[in-house]
Amino acid sequence: MTIEIPTPLRVYTANQSAVAVDANTVTEAVSALLARYPEFKKHLYTPDGKLRSFVNLYLNDEDVRYLPQGEESAVQPSDTLSIIPSIAGGGLAVQAGAPSA
Amino acid sequence: MATIAAPKSGSPGTTLGTPLLARIGNTPLVRLEHLTADLPGIQLLGKAEWHNPGGSVKDRAAAAIVLEALRNEQVCPGKRLLDATSGNTGIAYAMLGAALGFPVTLCMPSNVSPERKRILRAYGAEVLWTDPAESSDGAIRKARELAADPQYFYADQYSNPSTWRAHYSGTANEILEQTGSRITHFVAGLGTTGTFMGVTRRLKEVNPKIECISMQPDSPFHGLEGLKHMATAIVPAIYDPGLADRNVEVETEAAYAMAKRLARTEGLLVGISAAAAVAASLRIAEEQSALGKEAVIVTILPDAADKYLSERFWGE
Repeated sequence: MTIEIPTPLRVYTANQSAVAVDANTVTEAVSALLARYPEFKKHLYTPDGKLRSFVNLYLNDEDVRYLPQGEESAVQPSDTLSIIPSIAGGGLAVQAGAPSA
Repeated sequence: MATIAAPKSGSPGTTLGTPLLARIGNTPLVRLEHLTADLPGIQLLGKAEWHNPGGSVKDRAAAAIVLEALRNEQVCPGKRLLDATSGNTGIAYAMLGAALGFPVTLCMPSNVSPERKRILRAYGAEVLWTDPAESSDGAIRKARELAADPQYFYADQYSNPSTWRAHYSGTANEILEQTGSRITHFVAGLGTTGTFMGVTRRLKEVNPKIECISMQPDSPFHGLEGLKHMATAIVPAIYDPGLADRNVEVETEAAYAMAKRLARTEGLLVGISAAAAVAASLRIAEEQSALGKEAVIVTILPDAADKYLSERFWGE
C-alpha cells in the first residue's frame, strides 16, 4: 500500500511525498514506516505509545480512529494511508463537505 | 473603476452606535490569577483578542491591510482581495469585505476546523481549499500562483508591513497603557510574526529592558493552529529573528493541557495558540519566581475556544 507523507515530515524521507510498504493492517503499515524511518516515531506517537491526539491517519478517506477495527483495519495494496495533522479539527472527511463559496 | 468610499466617522450628536472598524482593538487585558497563585510577585496577563468583532487578533492586521488597499484603490467591487490564511485572517477579511463591499478570495488548508468553514460561508467569501498535508505553506503557494491574475489584489499578510505596523501602533501602546508601562516580559507566538514584530519593536523603543520572548511549535509537525515552526516553514518576509531576546518552544500536548486548565481554573475558553502562549508565559513566570524576581508578563490570546470545540482533546 501507499503511505502519503505530510510536507513537514518529508525531511525524513528524502523529500518523497509517498512511500510504498507491504502490510495487511494499518498497524503493520505504520510499523513498516517506522522501521524504515525511526525519526517518525516521536512525531506520531507519545512516549507511552499512543497516537498523538493531533495526528490523524486516514485510510483512503476514512479516519482510522472511527473505523470499526481502528488501527487493526485490513488494508489492500491499492489503499492509501494519509498522515494529516489536525490543525483544528476537520480533515479529509470534512473536506468533502467543504463550502466552495 | 468603481471605488469604495473610505469609512466615515459620523457627525457627533447625529450618528449613534459604533462602526465595525472602530470596534477593532482596545481589547481587555485579563488577569490569569489562579495560574500564578503560588508565584508571589508574578502577574500574568493576557490580551483577550476574541473581543475583536471577527473574534481574533487577526482583525487588527486585516483592517490595516484593507484600509491601506482602499486608500490605494487596490480593492474595489470588481477587484478581489486574495490571501493565504490558516483561518482567522480569512475570517477578518471576509467580515471586512462584507461590511465594506469588496469581494474576497482565500486560499486555506482544508483541515481547518469545520466551524471556520461555516463562518466563512456565512460571510460569503470564496475559499480555495489546499492540500492539508502541506498546511499553511500549501495555501501560500496557491495564493502566489494566483497573484499574477489581474482580478486579484494579493494582500500577502506574510510580507505586508501593515501586518506588524498594526501591532506597533495599536496592540503595543494598549499594553503600555493597560499595565501603566510596568510590563517586564512580553510573550507571543509566531505565525505571520506580525504581532511579535510590531509589539516588540514598540516596547523596545519605550523600554529596551522589557524582555520579549517569541514562542513557536516544538516540531514541524504540530497541532498549534496559525503558528509556524520557523526552522522548517516558509519564513514570512516580515520576520526578523534577531528581535527576540529568546525563543520558547511549546509542545501541542502542553497547549491542549493548558486550554483545559484555563477553562477549568480561570473560566476562560481560549483557542489552542492562546493556550500555547500561556503555557510559554507560565514557564517564564516560574523561572522569574525561582529567581526571586517580580514580573509583569503580558501575552497575546489570539482567539477563543469556540472554533475548536470539535477537537477531541477536550474530552481526553
